[in-house]
Amino acid sequence: MTDNDARTHRPAPGQVDLPGLRISGLSLQYGSRAIFTDLDLTVQGGEFVVLLGTSGVGKSSLLKIVAGLTRASTGTVTASDGRPLAGRIAYMGQQDLLYPWLTVIENVMLGARLRGERQEPDRARHLLGRVSLHERAKALPSELSGGMRQRVAIARTLYESHPFVLMDEPFSALDTFTRAQVQDLTAELLQDHTVLLITHDPLEACRIGHRLVVLSGHPARLGEPIHVPGPTPRAPDDDALLHIQGHLMRILMEGHRA
Amino acid sequence: MILTLARPVVTFVVLIGAWWAATRLASIPFYLLPQPPAVLHALWQQRVLLASATLTTFSEMALGLVIGTILGSLCALAMAFSPRLQRWIMPLLLLSQAIPAFALAPLLVLWFGFGMASKVVMATIVIFFPVAAAFSDGLRHTDPGWMDLAHTMEASPGAILRHVRLPAAMPAFGSGLRVATAIAPIGAIVGEWVGASAGLGYVMLNANARIQTDVMFAALFVLALMTVLIWTVVDRVLRHILYWAPDSNGAAR
Ligand SMILES: Nc1ncnc2c1ncn2[C@@H]1O[C@H](COP(=O)(O)OP(=O)(O)OP(=O)(O)O)[C@@H](O)[C@H]1O
Ligand SMILES: [Mg+2]
Repeated sequence: MTDNDARTHRPAPGQVDLPGLRISGLSLQYGSRAIFTDLDLTVQGGEFVVLLGTSGVGKSSLLKIVAGLTRASTGTVTASDGRPLAGRIAYMGQQDLLYPWLTVIENVMLGARLRGERQEPDRARHLLGRVSLHERAKALPSELSGGMRQRVAIARTLYESHPFVLMDEPFSALDTFTRAQVQDLTAELLQDHTVLLITHDPLEACRIGHRLVVLSGHPARLGEPIHVPGPTPRAPDDDALLHIQGHLMRILMEGHRA
Repeated sequence: MILTLARPVVTFVVLIGAWWAATRLASIPFYLLPQPPAVLHALWQQRVLLASATLTTFSEMALGLVIGTILGSLCALAMAFSPRLQRWIMPLLLLSQAIPAFALAPLLVLWFGFGMASKVVMATIVIFFPVAAAFSDGLRHTDPGWMDLAHTMEASPGAILRHVRLPAAMPAFGSGLRVATAIAPIGAIVGEWVGASAGLGYVMLNANARIQTDVMFAALFVLALMTVLIWTVVDRVLRHILYWAPDSNGAAR
């Protein structure tokens, strides 16, 4: 169980006893069209890696392969501890994917329901408290705002208590201010996880990522990883952050033109 | 709430008024279009006959609705569970729609007799298709995101069907059932026209043959009233089941 309140310090990437993720030689082809070829990427245990790329470059496809939802044409995705990845991944899609017929707390415990395991409402309530939605446990998703729904999705992801978390542009539908709030929460709550997050927002990447990688070109390749110094979540007016954000913006624009 | 009740009443009163005005102003002969008071009179005069006929037709419709819905749902579920089964059943379903239900009515009377059974079978056939088609459509088109999420949570196909595809298909099932309920009288009435000794369709046929247009209209009125009532009950039940689907709750408020 990784839901551990005692560990309040920010762990430096790679130091926590968490498995990492290794992507090697990954290619994806739809028909005769190569989406990406020969991707290599390592996410260390406890590291928060952000993958950036323009629309349609193949980010979601890559994440779905890691999640075991799509099959790659070639290449492998493995865990650094040698055990299989399946069943140890929590996935957050491009929408919040809350089931509208379940209440908020039932959505948080969805994994247990689907696997036919015993549901733990106390733990679910505790997690809802951490995303400040304790009072809305009995509400239906349709009664919540977009930001609240996204927070429920985070609680659902945490309830799975899996070491790996994959997130596909989870906050792209939120307004700038709500997005910043949910980013803070994400950086704080997912500390003890190995995270691969996808976004097309350079600011988001710089605020919550330990390491940033850009996917660009046709077929897409991964660029050199960029390390962002300092603890997350970073202030949006941090000097280093602003510098890297500008740099990223330039890479993305150049990649798009090419 | 008051508006919900008032609206159909206003519609009804306006329609009756227009009817009355038309028969008086254009002086349409009685045997073509009776005036509303005559129909009201027939309604009272024939109340015993109409009540027992209504009971018969109601039983046929209700039984057909229940059996047709159960069979249609089972068929949709079977197709959802096994894609191979779907490839076999779907063409049969479509083929069954190529034969009009009316054409089957005489055969059904021949096979199941003049009693209620042939009408129940007729109503079942009419109701089966919209339920099966809409429900199976809903079961097949589950939001891929919901499916992805369930797959990453290691859900078995059975659990996905029960906890994801089934609830997600309920709005589609609901619209199929609403359509089926609205056309349920067709099955029962056509069955009675072809051959019966009871029911509203039988009363209508008899009245028509004797040019008792007022009785004809009285039976028609009772049939319409009954259909609206059944539809309202079904609609209420569906809204209860679909408490989470915002459009089905907001539609007629
Ligand atoms: N099932 C599929 N069959 C064929 N082509 C596909 C399929 N799924 C995705 N693609 C193509 O693969 C490419 C990458 O799609 P993907 O969804 O991974 O992009 P993305 O980087 O996530 O974009 P966005 O930022 O808009 O979400 C697109 O050009 C898309 O048309
Ligand atoms: Mg995408």
